[in-house]
Amino acid sequence: MRHIISILIENESGALSRVAGLFSARGYNIESLTVAPTEDASLSRLTLVTRGNDEVIEQITKQLNKLVDVVRLIDLADAPHIERELMLVKIKTPLETREEVKRMVDIFRGKIVDATATSFVVEMTGQPSKLDAFIHGFDESSIIEVVRSGPTGISRGEKGLHL
Amino acid sequence: MELSGGHIIVQCLKDEGVEFVFGYPGGSVLHIYDAIFHQDEVKHILVRHEQGATHSADAYARATGKPGVVLVTSGPGATNAVTGIATAYMDSIPMVIISGQVPSPVIGSDAFQEVDTVGITRPCVKHNFLVKDVNDLAETIKKAFYLATTGRPGPVLVDVPKDITDPNIKVPYKYPKKIHMRSYNPVVVGHKGQIKRAVEVLLAAQRPVIYSGGGVILGEGHKELIELTQMLGYPITNTLMGLGAYPATDKQFIGMLGMHGTYEANMAMHESDVILAVGARFDDRVTGKLAEFCPYAKIIHIDVDPSSISKTVRVDIPIVGEVKPVLEHMIEHIKESKLKPSKPALEAWWQLIQSWRDVNCLEYDRGSLFIKPQFVIEQLYEVTKGDAYVTSDVGQHQMYAAQYYKFDKPRRWINSGGLGTMGFGLPAAIGVKLAFPDSDVACVTGEASIQMCIQELSTALQYNTPVKIINLNNRYMGMVRQWQEFSYQSRYSQSYMDTIPEFVKLAEAYGHVGIRVEKPADVRPALQEAFALKDRTVFLDFITDRTENVYPMIEAGKGHHDMKLRVAPGTPMGRELS
Ligand SMILES: Cc1cc2nc3c(=O)[nH]c(=O)nc-3n(C[C@H](O)[C@H](O)[C@H](O)COP(=O)(O)OP(=O)(O)OC[C@H]3O[C@@H](n4cnc5c(N)ncnc54)[C@H](O)[C@@H]3O)c2cc1C
Ligand SMILES: Cc1ncc(C[n+]2csc(CCOP(=O)(O)OP(=O)(O)O)c2C)c(N)n1
Ligand SMILES: [Mg+2]
Repeated sequence: MRHIISILIENESGALSRVAGLFSARGYNIESLTVAPTEDASLSRLTLVTRGNDEVIEQITKQLNKLVDVVRLIDLADAPHIERELMLVKIKTPLETREEVKRMVDIFRGKIVDATATSFVVEMTGQPSKLDAFIHGFDESSIIEVVRSGPTGISRGEKGLHL
Repeated sequence: MELSGGHIIVQCLKDEGVEFVFGYPGGSVLHIYDAIFHQDEVKHILVRHEQGATHSADAYARATGKPGVVLVTSGPGATNAVTGIATAYMDSIPMVIISGQVPSPVIGSDAFQEVDTVGITRPCVKHNFLVKDVNDLAETIKKAFYLATTGRPGPVLVDVPKDITDPNIKVPYKYPKKIHMRSYNPVVVGHKGQIKRAVEVLLAAQRPVIYSGGGVILGEGHKELIELTQMLGYPITNTLMGLGAYPATDKQFIGMLGMHGTYEANMAMHESDVILAVGARFDDRVTGKLAEFCPYAKIIHIDVDPSSISKTVRVDIPIVGEVKPVLEHMIEHIKESKLKPSKPALEAWWQLIQSWRDVNCLEYDRGSLFIKPQFVIEQLYEVTKGDAYVTSDVGQHQMYAAQYYKFDKPRRWINSGGLGTMGFGLPAAIGVKLAFPDSDVACVTGEASIQMCIQELSTALQYNTPVKIINLNNRYMGMVRQWQEFSYQSRYSQSYMDTIPEFVKLAEAYGHVGIRVEKPADVRPALQEAFALKDRTVFLDFITDRTENVYPMIEAGKGHHDMKLRVAPGTPMGRELS
């Protein structure tokens, strides 16, 4: 099953490689990983997506908790949560398809953030599946490049991951 | 008080109460060595190879319970230390390693003797630090000791760039008394409800076994373990790492379990209905084939590290906490409980165990013309009255020592279990002898293992650590040969050397006494002679039966009830099975 693990970690150099190293050393798979400092500059928040059965996920969270730099973590998949991913797509837009692309961007509530005579850059956030759907709406040859942040997330309700 | 980084490190060690630092100098740590030169409170033990430093410090920690301390230079100094760091890590041994690093401004430039020590050691330390500011140095060292010795212990490395120890840069020194880290809060006391549930299950058991491991020794829980076991009257087995936590000569002890465990211990595990695992980690050498591990048992597991629980074997009642307080609570509950262990069930259980004991799985051919390795260990046990510190290397000799030296006290059996590091034994013996100069220290080794850190014979002379080396010389990498005999139709690929040194001369060249023993009748006198030479390191080279194997054995992929025995139950001694 797919799990989104959200981690508060000391903002120390090397902290990220401890997490990444743990996954490779123990053979856990890592689908995506995003990290950035939080409002408290001494802490970073790291979100990673992984897959595994319950036993594997239990070991992953225990091993992560064991890392001295890890302050706290939650498995977002345990409760209702919101998941978002940011995507930037550069699309070829010859005159005859420009209007069509614009319409697609509107349907998916994206934004055109750069335009040249022959291309658009589209910005879009949402569930990863929505981003997939947008991409699949285009012919492969019309897509110049795609950048995705990897999902990040937050739990619903008042409770949260903080110190 | 204003001090430079080099002096801060030495002062921290003093404030931490460190007795010995095991180390080897080099460019990046010269400032630190100069600070060491100016004092004699912290004694520096100059080894002959950095691997030796780590094993000596590690064994000092295993024998005393205090953290071992290592000091090495950057680059090759640090890489030479890695084997010893990994050895300590696998067995959860508290150790602090200070490594020199190239000066901060040149880090990352492939400078002379630069390696990414923090990166290389990351997977085999509990934690590590790169010091970036001399003002953080004292606190970082305090953190290192705190992390190494609390929770599940382990090695912690502090990498110190040379500019941090610059004698011209002095900063105020203060060694923190206490340290708090928001990201690190090991659980000490176990969950009350879980403990209560565990006691209920334990008291209702019909065929219980207590399976205890290295965690009992690490957590100083042996007294409580003995009390609990004896008030219940249940059988107890120890892992290789747990030997000595429960007295081996007590009637409730059924021997070591696992791959080379006793018939009775493994059979009891297999047939049990309740297992109390205490500070043990269900290692693959212990469990054998997981699908067949303890098929009828409810499992209670006490461990300070949550990740040890349900890692390989699903546990029914997990208790996260330190062995000592958790066992104390359990003892209280048992005393208060109206439930009592069922006498008839327990009697029937002990009868069954007795029938397994009667197989006499550790019996061997006592009439052999060759020296049997088992015999040497039995004699060692008698000559030292069972009271020696025994270190060991890795191989058949290690298993014989574990099986035939009956350890009655914790911290007496010192070996590399998790990593299985050949070369551990001799430097380990030196570390132990430094800690306990008045005790007998024996290093049980093999002719292959001993050559991996033989250079430490020189350290033993310099620091006058008269240890006794018990070389079970079978002219084979016996453990490898045994596997090749069983699984590769005796194709002994590269498992022997035909140029084994003359150990007697070698010992003499290093300034020690060497004795070669070839006949069974000479074993005991030689041991007596060696231990009578109180102030000399003695190398006893026992020429043993080269065909001897370690039994019982659970071969890879087999279950506990599927053991290879030296002889089939009931057949006369000397006829090997299969
Ligand atoms: C050639 C060879 C053969 C071997 N054959 C065998 C064999 O037949 N049988 C055998 O048993 N082993 C054998 N081993 C050793 C094996 O590889 C493991 O090292 C060993 O089984 C692990 O012992 P343990 O479970 O006691 O764990 P340890 O490695 O000692 O781990 C201790 C456990 O206790 C926990 N702990 C630490 N401190 C505390 C505390 N204060 N409170 C609570 N918990 C704590 C830790 O978290 C950990 O889970 C062999 C090794 C070699 C090299
Ligand atoms: C550093 C290292 N290399 C290789 C091994 C694999 N190994 C395990 S036991 C063994 C043979 C040990 O031979 P010896 O020291 O003579 O002991 P014996 O088994 O003969 O008693 C080897 C090579 C190891 N454990 N450690
Ligand atoms: Mg040998």
